[in-house]
Amino acid sequence: MEVTDVVCPLCGCVCDDVVVEVEDNKVTKVKGACAVGKSKLMGHGRITSPAIRENGILKDCSYDAAIKRTAEILAAARRPLMYGWSSTVCEASKVGIELAEEIGAVIDNTASVCHGPSVLAIQDVGLPSCTLGEVKNRADLVIYWGANPAAAHGNHMKRYSYISKGYFLPEGKKEKKLAVVDVRETKSAKLADVFIRIEPGKDYLVLSALRALLLGYEDVVPEEVGGVPKKDLLELVKMMEETKFGIIFFGMGVTHSRGRHNNIVNAIQVTRAAHKHTKFNIMPMRGHYNVNGFNQVCTWETGFPYSVDLSEGYAWYNPGETSSTDLLMRGECDAALFIATDPGAHFPGESIRHLSKIPVIQIDPYANPTTEFADVVIPAAISGIEAEGTVYRMDNIPLRLRKIVDTEYMTDEAIMKGILKETRLLTLSRRL
Amino acid sequence: MAIELLIKNGVVYDPINGVNGEKKDICIRDGKVVAEVKNPTVLDAKGRVVMPGGVDVHAHIAGGKVNSGRLFRPEDGRRGSEPKTTACRACSGYSVPNTFATGYRYAKMGYTFVMEPAMPPLAARHTHEELIDTPILDNATIPLIDNNWMTMDYVKSGDIDLLAAYIAWIIKATKGYGVKVVNPGGTEAWAWAKNCDLNDAVPHFDVTPAEIVKALAEANEKFEMPHSIHVHGNMLGHPGNYEMTLDTYDLVKGVKATKDRPVMHATHTQFFAYGGTTWGDFESKAKAIADYVNNNEHVSIDLGSVILGDTTTMTADGPMEYSLHQITGRKWTNHDVELETGSGITPFLYSGKVSVHTLQWAIGMELALLIKDPWKVALTTDHPNAGPFVGYPILISMLMSKKRRDESAADMHSAIYKKAELPSIDRELDLYEIAIITRAGTAKILGLDAHGKGHLGLGADADVAIYDITPEERDAGKIQKAFLNTKYTIKGGQVVVMDGEVVAAPAGRTFFVTPECDPKLTEEMMPNLKDKFEHYYSVTFANYPVQDAYVPNPYEIKAPMRG
Repeated sequence: MEVTDVVCPLCGCVCDDVVVEVEDNKVTKVKGACAVGKSKLMGHGRITSPAIRENGILKDCSYDAAIKRTAEILAAARRPLMYGWSSTVCEASKVGIELAEEIGAVIDNTASVCHGPSVLAIQDVGLPSCTLGEVKNRADLVIYWGANPAAAHGNHMKRYSYISKGYFLPEGKKEKKLAVVDVRETKSAKLADVFIRIEPGKDYLVLSALRALLLGYEDVVPEEVGGVPKKDLLELVKMMEETKFGIIFFGMGVTHSRGRHNNIVNAIQVTRAAHKHTKFNIMPMRGHYNVNGFNQVCTWETGFPYSVDLSEGYAWYNPGETSSTDLLMRGECDAALFIATDPGAHFPGESIRHLSKIPVIQIDPYANPTTEFADVVIPAAISGIEAEGTVYRMDNIPLRLRKIVDTEYMTDEAIMKGILKETRLLTLSRRL
Repeated sequence: MAIELLIKNGVVYDPINGVNGEKKDICIRDGKVVAEVKNPTVLDAKGRVVMPGGVDVHAHIAGGKVNSGRLFRPEDGRRGSEPKTTACRACSGYSVPNTFATGYRYAKMGYTFVMEPAMPPLAARHTHEELIDTPILDNATIPLIDNNWMTMDYVKSGDIDLLAAYIAWIIKATKGYGVKVVNPGGTEAWAWAKNCDLNDAVPHFDVTPAEIVKALAEANEKFEMPHSIHVHGNMLGHPGNYEMTLDTYDLVKGVKATKDRPVMHATHTQFFAYGGTTWGDFESKAKAIADYVNNNEHVSIDLGSVILGDTTTMTADGPMEYSLHQITGRKWTNHDVELETGSGITPFLYSGKVSVHTLQWAIGMELALLIKDPWKVALTTDHPNAGPFVGYPILISMLMSKKRRDESAADMHSAIYKKAELPSIDRELDLYEIAIITRAGTAKILGLDAHGKGHLGLGADADVAIYDITPEERDAGKIQKAFLNTKYTIKGGQVVVMDGEVVAAPAGRTFFVTPECDPKLTEEMMPNLKDKFEHYYSVTFANYPVQDAYVPNPYEIKAPMRG
């Protein structure tokens, strides 16, 4: 059976035109997705059963038993952490936030180790941006900065930017320019009309120089900035001024190099400076398919996008104090629930050492390094293949993931509802 | 078993049924107003003011730009922190409250219905997701259809029938309520960092904003829509814009309504009632607007009245937000939406020490006081643009008290005595008129009176506000306090607020309209629409419409096509 308009649950591109073949309740063929998306849709190794660690060994158990054990851990915790949420649907996040309120947890998503600095920058200066279709239809200058879509967002250029055809650019890339700014010549850089190679950690300087040039202060810019000759910067500025509609897409190369959120503030200020000449926009290349969705839900439900501490009954947001790694590095939390993520692979070593001392719950379709030290492991249905629900693309466009095959695994939302129910029973009986 | 409630000894203001301050009992069974009850729980109102639940005609409470406002203003989030209670989720925010606080705070003011008036169709799911999470309030939302490429295609070709087929399709696809217009043409122009006057050609589309407005009004009236087109015109917030505002009203003068209502609702009119040529000679032209509204029947307005203090401005009028950001230098977010619309957000402080802000403050109230017929006027602050909705009680107390207005004016910039009418206006609204501009009239403007809202007649929804004042109360401070926190709010027959505290938070319903278009027209329109998806949208045709899952508590209003 052919299923069309499948919404891909891989990266922030959320391509929704994928076609899959399903035979005997299995995906057998995928058309239109990038290689990574295809690999996910085709399916691979799963956690087969819920399990609870006893004497150091994970022993299979029922969903009920794993959910009850999770509730016991969370209800007994004084400073629980609930982290992840970027590779699941908003419906699960909503239940998670309700549970976090119930138990006074800190709730956080992978943005705190990803585009968190971008959010801080947006809180400082705002974000002049647009949807990806605007880029497709209008952008005659596309700049990728510290981002390598050819490797990380496989269909981004084809569907939305440099390679796509649009209303005002019917000839596609013939009518467009591509500029790439990076510390090395990436696969994306090889496609570019202009590649600007900067020295590592010099993004802020180069952005400042561009901003000065765009605002007409050529005299203050030295002959070389961050390893880039001034004439190359002038060439890029000329392209920016002459474009009808320009866009900067920025990635982790900017958020996680020296300067962090200040780099993004500066990049946004460059966008504003360019906007004095022509239409200019800027957009973060969000990684996981629903990292943005958690930020959206958390914002409308708590008022704040991530790193929200609910221990006092109201939402307290202060990244640097209330992010997952802050808590773990301080050795502060005494239980942790991880859903749809892998801190075992991504968090600093010191925070992992603390995790080894406290009860850890993992909810995920796949085994990963976190499974190695999790005390409760709950396998979940794969959102977008086995479960439906809402996700937000990198440009804030909400799409509904489709369910394309049946499963016996519980969905993230159902697992979270079960934990919420059991936890409430325990906290209620404690109050009585 | 039937759940019954009896509200005894209240003084009832129910303008739709002509009830003006009568001592009257209200019987409720299973969420509706009924003639009698057998075994009710009794609420003794003890001579207090009783009104139907408030109906807000225009407040930005849910969706992408509201959430971008929350996200980029954690400083605003902190201003409204409240811990969870047994009945309530944790709250945050002042001008951009979280969804839970939005529901609770409206209910505390006695409101039970709010219209979210600006849904970008492509992001409609987002608006609905937030409405699901907004407790207590019944709600609806209007899709933005004016800067839309399909719309402009049919405006250009002059084919109103196909335009009607398209608006029917998109209202259904977004589970929307009607047709919203925001800076027609100007927001499309903003995609190139430009803007449009009413009679400028929209870049690349060869139509004018005036043509768009007229065509949408005509297309809307092809159906028995509960609401007229809902219009935020061109050049909002610009000195001297009042003439363009009146020209915009005039565009639809000849359009015939399919229902007993105006053919245009002009929203947050305060921002469109400006004289002068610069901020230097800026002055109030509220009187010119009021005169027009007094002499015509085809337009209703809402105020967009200013609440002094810091707020978050947000609109689909992208170029306007950019201008505001240029004036203040404060942070600015913009989000243009392919083929459809755009948006901008920037924080703003209204200060009584600044002449322009003082005049803006005056203009909103002047409109309320100079327009003679309260049924043509709705009380709004264009939340959060001119101020947050929690400022309504301040506004009510001002409109009811000349003394309070005079005292406030004395503390503000002296421009109010030279360039505004307000100090010379003696009119004070009474409770009956307040009931009209906050529920009865707004329900009629939205066509919700036929669906149980805005009144307490038999069969109406049992949405009731009991305010802790008697009809004789003249103290503006006490009036303000009473309208901020009700003695009781009842929603669908359930007590949700008691003594100013939320005691229950049931889910609200979403009202949406189904325009019933002739299938032949839909079929004729469809190839053009599919072509847009095939080539220009970044999502597929199949993934675009809002699924039923996003409207878990639906209330459908069918709008047959006029023969």
